[in-house]
Amino acid sequence: MTQTIIWTVAILTVLGLLLALILFWVARKFKVEEDPRIDEVEKVMPGANCGGCGFAGCRAFADAAVKATSLDNQYCPVGGDEVMQKVASILGFTVAAKAPQVAVVRCNGTCANRPRTNEYDGVQSCRVKAALYSGDTACAFGCLGCGDCVAACQFGALSMDPETGLPVVDESKCTACGACTKACPKHIIELRNKGPRGMREFVSCVNKDKGPAAKKACAAACIGCGLCAKTCQHGAITVTDNVAYIDFTKCKLCRECEAVCPTGAIHGVNFPKELDKEAVKKRIADRKAKAAEAAKAAAVEPVEKKEVANG
Amino acid sequence: MGKLTFSMGGVHPHDSKYARECAIEELPLPQTVYVSMAQHLGAPAKPLVAVGDSVKVGQVIAEPGGFISAFVHSPVSGTVKSIAPRKDLAGNPVMHVEIAVEGDEWDPAIDRSKDLVTAIPDDRAAILDRIKACGVVGLGGATFPTHVKLNPAPGKVAECLILNGAECEPFLTSDYRIMIERPKEIVVGAAIMQKVLGGCKCVIGIEENKPEAIASMSAAVRELGYPGIEVQTLKKRYPQGGEKQLIDAVMHRQVKSGGLPIDVGAVVQNVGTSLAVYEAVQKNKPLITNVLTITGDKIPGNLQHNYLFRIGMPLSWIVEQAGGVPETAAKLISGGPMMGKAISNLDATTVKGSSSVLYLSEEATRRQPETGCIRCGKCADACPMGLEPFLLNRLYKAADLEGLERNAAQDCIECGCCLYSCPAHIPLLDNIRQAKGQVMGVIRARAAAAKAAAEAAKAAAEPKK
Amino acid sequence: MDKKYIVSPSPHIHADISTTKIMRDVIIALCPAILVSVLAYGWAELLVLLVSVASCVLLEWAVTKWMMKRPSTVGDLSAVVTGLLLAMNLPSAIPLWIVFIGAVVAICVAKLPFGGIGQNVFNPAITGRVFLLVSFPAQMTNWTPTRGFIQITDAVSGATPLSVLKESLKSGSTIPEFMEAHGYTTATLLQDIGASAGEISAIALLLGFVYLLVRRVVKPWIPLAVLGTMALVAAIFHGINPDVYTGVEFNLLTGGALLGALFMATDYVTSPMSTWGGVIYGAGIGLIAMMIRYFGSYPEGMSFAILLMNCTVPLLNMWFHQKKYGRA
Repeated sequence: MTQTIIWTVAILTVLGLLLALILFWVARKFKVEEDPRIDEVEKVMPGANCGGCGFAGCRAFADAAVKATSLDNQYCPVGGDEVMQKVASILGFTVAAKAPQVAVVRCNGTCANRPRTNEYDGVQSCRVKAALYSGDTACAFGCLGCGDCVAACQFGALSMDPETGLPVVDESKCTACGACTKACPKHIIELRNKGPRGMREFVSCVNKDKGPAAKKACAAACIGCGLCAKTCQHGAITVTDNVAYIDFTKCKLCRECEAVCPTGAIHGVNFPKELDKEAVKKRIADRKAKAAEAAKAAAVEPVEKKEVANG
Repeated sequence: MGKLTFSMGGVHPHDSKYARECAIEELPLPQTVYVSMAQHLGAPAKPLVAVGDSVKVGQVIAEPGGFISAFVHSPVSGTVKSIAPRKDLAGNPVMHVEIAVEGDEWDPAIDRSKDLVTAIPDDRAAILDRIKACGVVGLGGATFPTHVKLNPAPGKVAECLILNGAECEPFLTSDYRIMIERPKEIVVGAAIMQKVLGGCKCVIGIEENKPEAIASMSAAVRELGYPGIEVQTLKKRYPQGGEKQLIDAVMHRQVKSGGLPIDVGAVVQNVGTSLAVYEAVQKNKPLITNVLTITGDKIPGNLQHNYLFRIGMPLSWIVEQAGGVPETAAKLISGGPMMGKAISNLDATTVKGSSSVLYLSEEATRRQPETGCIRCGKCADACPMGLEPFLLNRLYKAADLEGLERNAAQDCIECGCCLYSCPAHIPLLDNIRQAKGQVMGVIRARAAAAKAAAEAAKAAAEPKK
Repeated sequence: MDKKYIVSPSPHIHADISTTKIMRDVIIALCPAILVSVLAYGWAELLVLLVSVASCVLLEWAVTKWMMKRPSTVGDLSAVVTGLLLAMNLPSAIPLWIVFIGAVVAICVAKLPFGGIGQNVFNPAITGRVFLLVSFPAQMTNWTPTRGFIQITDAVSGATPLSVLKESLKSGSTIPEFMEAHGYTTATLLQDIGASAGEISAIALLLGFVYLLVRRVVKPWIPLAVLGTMALVAAIFHGINPDVYTGVEFNLLTGGALLGALFMATDYVTSPMSTWGGVIYGAGIGLIAMMIRYFGSYPEGMSFAILLMNCTVPLLNMWFHQKKYGRA
């Protein structure tokens, strides 16, 4: 009995040593020389391997960053400026600050706003549903509600609201990696600047149908009336294909568009105060009146001047 | 010869051909028709008429928008009211020509008599031109332009024209009715196509559950006496009427992945297409009518019909003529229950390829909740392409495009046998259809890249000469 | 449209088939054998069956509900099948608490930790049985006949034929002596032998299997491969030395060969999907089972053979595919 134990121990020890030697030799023989900075860069990366930067993962990003001559073409949306500054300092580059972004769901076709016209009974996948038909409401552009975006989000920032049937973005978790924007077959989710203290304005609709059709399909649709574009003092709003779009780089968050929108398609979020529509409307009306007065005054001015202006 | 069938997979759904005894009725004309510009596979047609134009029955209103495309003719006489996007049966906007119906004045060039014309024109090119000019497309489901299919690439020889009278989809009876009511026209159409293809033999394949159709077609073949046409009985097995399966059954040959039927010397046409070819060549009548079945499960007999309809009649209008949608209907389908499309918009219009409006009850069509795969392999047993749907489903979920291509997701014919036979009710085809699309995209992109590379290499090589 | 019609991708109809219906067919197929064993072994056997099935179902229900927090899969009847198969692999005189332990191993070790139905690598019933065989060898092989409702078997030994045989061989007797001593002939083997419940009647098992074939629940390739290989191996060895190696009929009709080949090796989840994969899998089971019987220290190798070949299933599924249309 004792002998058996001794033999077993001996054989296992020898075997272990032998294998360790082989492993040591293989590790030596096949060692790949890598720029040590790749490891350093990888260490400061978020490590989510989400692919939001366009590379296969954090290490691929680091590898590309080390080989690159500048960081202009690379950006880690998850780590944001903080990580990019660290990467830059390791590699001796400088990077310009980029405004932090967040995913915005541009559909407000809640169950209440957008009546269902049929019942979908296929696999719960927006991609499959979109390939099949225009959707279970009269709006062919809106959210299909199967949650492909939720499945695509690696950070748990998206969830379906059972009440509205629409996805909700948790801003504290959203890293703006853009996975959801790619997963949405209707291209409803957009990455927009987070805005100062999270305040931002956006059109929560992408329906390109003409006004009456859009309105019939969904009570909260953008009907492309253009009132917002006319009201905007900053040239931030354009209306193409019967749907308005607010350029977040130009928007000054005055909330006038939100006040004048007849269907409530324009949403403002994270503002400290609730929007007083009447006050804003009055402000617009006053401004218009003033402008009209000014125009009148201009019209009263000598005729020659006007001709010059026209000529 | 005994009963033939394809060599792998397949399922045996109940044939449910309740409307088989309903003779074809001609529908009255509605007030307005909407003619779709995308009724065929390939590029949409380009409208040739303007708002306010008056048109006659059979007049060309749109021309082909590409090589694979087809002419579209006015199915009615009247005035063009609008040319605008309108929702198709899946709710997607498609360009339609709206025509207000006034009277029923036909283009005088169309022979509207019932006389059978058996003499076949000699000029092959003229026949092809006539088929193209009449806008004939395949009526078996894919609506591929017939003149393209009947004109194989140089070097490819057709050995056998297979006329598809299998009608393997449950419920549908439109092909059955035309084989009963117009067998001679179909045979003449087949003889015309034989001629175009250079005198190959022709096999008319009909499933064994339609003995009356087999009898009537055999009688017509015997009576007309064209050489090289025979009727072949096929076993009742879905998807017997699939192009690749039919070639396998009749010729015992298999089309290579990514290949065309003509590669193995086969051309497959539907019996309905054959009728359309007859009318186009012998009667100069463009494809403006077709036969459609209105049927369903557990619905009264008086709601079931086989209708001769004019293309462009709204589905809702036809359904109204047929007595309305029955109370029990939970799902409306255009086409068969295995491959047809669910109708989400009944205001949509009929197109050349419309074959049915099917009412299915809740219990017949409601999907059961998905449970875990028990690896029974029934999907693989059922797949007529020899694929492994359970594996493709798993690879799709893992987004493994390479694995999908290696396991031939692109070969899927979307027949639905896998989902039909899955005891765990896993939505296999829903996912595999997506996978197929993705793999096809990869294959196309690779082909395009290879072509570009070859051209670049050619361009680089040329200056050296 | 006022009414909200259903819209879904094709196909729009479904075959009259479901996991539950398949499991129900398996249960029906097991009925003849269950009936025979209950008649032969009486209340004791019935209790074993009931305890086994009830434990499996309850455990599955409890674990899916309280631990996995997902919809219960009890309704698909797969736990019932596991319970039945486990019970049929146990002697009727076994203490009921051992039966419960077997059910715990089958459901809570072999099945649910892998993800429940369809995900398990090893056949749950066999895992449970092997666990019991290794842990409680005495209770598992020592067979004291319980009082049956009718007298089917007149076996007098206290153990299954294979373990009796093993002992006889060890003590130096030859096969013909053994067969004669215990009165085993092909006819008696086919009808009734003293063994664990499921092994008692080959005819009843075959009857059930024919039902499964007719209902197209299983295909015959795996059982054919298992039994064919066993017969081949037995024929060769028996031909070489009939004194040491038992013959074909004896091997096919004892020790759960039929129950294993017909009902356990054909378990969907733990067998290969393709025909050729199945044939190799079956041949492997037959070979290993015979090797254990002839050369191993255990009298019976069917369960071990199936478990071992279960491991190869992913590989066989990877290697063997269906013939595809239009591809070489």
